[in-house]
Amino acid sequence: MNYPTELKYSKTHEWLTMDGDVAVIGISDFAQDALGDVVFINLPEVGDDVFAGEPFGDVESVKAVSDLVSPVTGTVCAINEVLLDAPEALNEDCYEAWIIKVEGVTQTEDLLDATEYEEFCATEE
Amino acid sequence: MKLIFEKSVAGRHCDVLGKCDVDYAPLPEEFCRESKPLLPEMSEVDVSRHYTELNHRVHGVNCGFYPLGSCTMKYNPRVDEDIAGLKGFAGIHPLAPADTVKGCREVIDTAGKYLCEISGMDAMTFQPAAGAHGEFTGVLLIKQYHDKRGDTARTKIIVPDSAHGTNPATAAMCGYKVVNIPSAPNGCVDLDALRAVLGPDTAGLMLTNPNTVGIFDENILEITRLVHEAGGLCYYDGANLNAIMGVVRPGDMGFDCIHMNLHKTFATPHGGGGPGAGAVGCKAFLKEFLPASALMDGAKDRIQIRSFAGNFLVLVRALTYITTLGKEGIPEASQNAVLNANYLMRQIEGTFDLAYDRICMHEFVLDVASYKKETGLSALDVAKSLIDYGMHPPTMYFPLIVHEALMLEPTETETKETLDWTADVFRAVYERGKVDPEYIHGSPHCAQIKRPDEVMASRNPVVRWTPQE
Repeated sequence: MNYPTELKYSKTHEWLTMDGDVAVIGISDFAQDALGDVVFINLPEVGDDVFAGEPFGDVESVKAVSDLVSPVTGTVCAINEVLLDAPEALNEDCYEAWIIKVEGVTQTEDLLDATEYEEFCATEE
Repeated sequence: MKLIFEKSVAGRHCDVLGKCDVDYAPLPEEFCRESKPLLPEMSEVDVSRHYTELNHRVHGVNCGFYPLGSCTMKYNPRVDEDIAGLKGFAGIHPLAPADTVKGCREVIDTAGKYLCEISGMDAMTFQPAAGAHGEFTGVLLIKQYHDKRGDTARTKIIVPDSAHGTNPATAAMCGYKVVNIPSAPNGCVDLDALRAVLGPDTAGLMLTNPNTVGIFDENILEITRLVHEAGGLCYYDGANLNAIMGVVRPGDMGFDCIHMNLHKTFATPHGGGGPGAGAVGCKAFLKEFLPASALMDGAKDRIQIRSFAGNFLVLVRALTYITTLGKEGIPEASQNAVLNANYLMRQIEGTFDLAYDRICMHEFVLDVASYKKETGLSALDVAKSLIDYGMHPPTMYFPLIVHEALMLEPTETETKETLDWTADVFRAVYERGKVDPEYIHGSPHCAQIKRPDEVMASRNPVVRWTPQE
């Protein structure tokens, strides 16, 4: 498993990085591996509000449908439209395949760094 | 194997019907289609062979072991089918004059009485056509109850994270917000998590007991008490009733309404695409909210969720099943289902991990996670390999709280020999995977269809044949 040290992670297996004032959100290597082959993704629209700890979309794999949980409160300013047609990008490179970008961030969940997250994943297995 | 359309030869047909010897009476043109329907043109014997060939390629409970968990794919006694086929049942019409179908009315009333006795409820409807439809009806009872009292603040339905996916879907369909609560480490309801979400906005709780990991929730009385104390109602998902029928009653556990899958538990073949019946029972105080047929019962002020009395012949099978097993046989069936599951669980023990190492009810869950770490083989690989032994794979990747889950429900009718053989098969797959994971990863090797491309099938499903230009 690969957990880049420059990212922060949530216990629901999303990663987050700040690009200036904009939060970039995706799912972790652990998440994509646990999901298996991703076949569909449902995303919010630009302009939608997201809330820390609340679902903002979902991913469907051949195994199950899982919520995508936002680590921040704010407004969606971009979605990765490539994923709508090619959700397999999440399996191929989950750190390149960001899912949404959020601006106007007012609240952020307590997040883990790469080492803490790796330890957390070990207990999840 | 070719599709029936690919076997079609233009102009070929069956000469069963003679030439029409009366004048053709055409429909008005606006009701007629512009082109002929695309139907295969074949001889009768080739049609017969086509379907027989299809029949040889499927696996059903009459072909071999079929241990799907959480679904009760059990063997249904033939006598139930015989009775449902009697002309007086199979040939009736819902609008037949009441005095010509008194026997059928008696079937409905008697089956209702017996199912109330088994579930601990006071009233029953047979309108819902299947399980999810029954859930929808049950939660509508809860909604009507709160609405009638003017209690509009109750907007949330609580569902544990181990629930069948239909539970949150039902709550959402009824206009409720779904509140998911995590399970305790033993797979049961976490009482603290439940207490934390209960409040004046709680409309109700949806629960399966035994739950989806096959464990009877020992706190059930406390759970229903807490929900009632908060002003909510308790809905029982009858998916796992096969474990407890005649032994303990949902009504006595504190539930207010329930659906039962007559097509799982009470002798209608399940999984064949229907018809089913999701009988819904309730306590007396909810009776006024049960659906009824406007045409048949003259009930214009009640909700109606399906035409007439529902799928009546499923009811005939259920009543036959209950009366042939009787007051002793019904609990014995459940006890054997539980005994078989526990026996099989202990025979398989020592190979794949048990997700919950404790006495189970009618089903149990294996956790392939540590095996996957060791061999790279997933629950999917193990399931595919079982096909090579002539066994239907168990449920995979459910419940979601066990990540590499295989869930087995042997049911009451399997013999010790079958269960021993099953344990041997699991052991054989387990051992082979340790020394030759590539072989298991490539399975099934002997089946008609190898590994379908599930990703392609999900993204680009081809569900309709179209002729090539």
